[in-house]
Amino acid sequence: MVSRFEIVAEPIDPRRLKAELEHQSAGASVCFEGWVRDHNDGRRVISLDYEAYAPVADKEGQRILEEAMQRFGLCAARCQHRAGALQLGDCAVWVGVCSAHRGAAFDACRYIIDEVKSRVPIWKKEHYGEGDSGWINCVTGQAS
Amino acid sequence: MAVITVRYFAAFREQAGCDQETLTTAHATAGDLFAELAERHGFVDPTSRCKVAINDELTTWDASLQDGDQVLFFPPVAGG
Repeated sequence: MVSRFEIVAEPIDPRRLKAELEHQSAGASVCFEGWVRDHNDGRRVISLDYEAYAPVADKEGQRILEEAMQRFGLCAARCQHRAGALQLGDCAVWVGVCSAHRGAAFDACRYIIDEVKSRVPIWKKEHYGEGDSGWINCVTGQAS
Repeated sequence: MAVITVRYFAAFREQAGCDQETLTTAHATAGDLFAELAERHGFVDPTSRCKVAINDELTTWDASLQDGDQVLFFPPVAGG
């Protein structure tokens, strides 16, 4: 059964990831894509840098997928998160799951993205239209 | 006393002005060491919002420090 989390430096290819989910016992598949948008908290965002610490991120991400597999009885779960410099519209994170019925697939996909955002060591630095930048979620992160 | 290598990430790295440092400490736990370094480097995020790993394993702030450990301090995460 597929259950794999990865931090990747190259662009995410949703078609290839979705193909990895194929499973004959699955009647439902749900995918989530997180994209880089042009604003946050009232400010104009022009690009993002993602930093990840892969040795811990990969392990924690894998743990989340395994929790979801068990908790929601999935047939497969897959997640990739980008690291590095991203531009507006780029796919920053991709989550895909499949299961026998749609309820578990919707719930599991939501569970995985929520847990990844709160547990995996990944940090996001936004670059703003005014030329400054800042780390998201950090009180200390008002770097310029 | 234990010799510990500390690594900083993202906002902590920028605040500390370095990505790692090696120091000799009498602190017994990761949380006590963090408190000292947070004061030195001006980290203001509370530990409740930060994370710590020792030798690449996430752990808790009351984890004890052993000589030769590599301690990783993670500021609030923001994936997605």
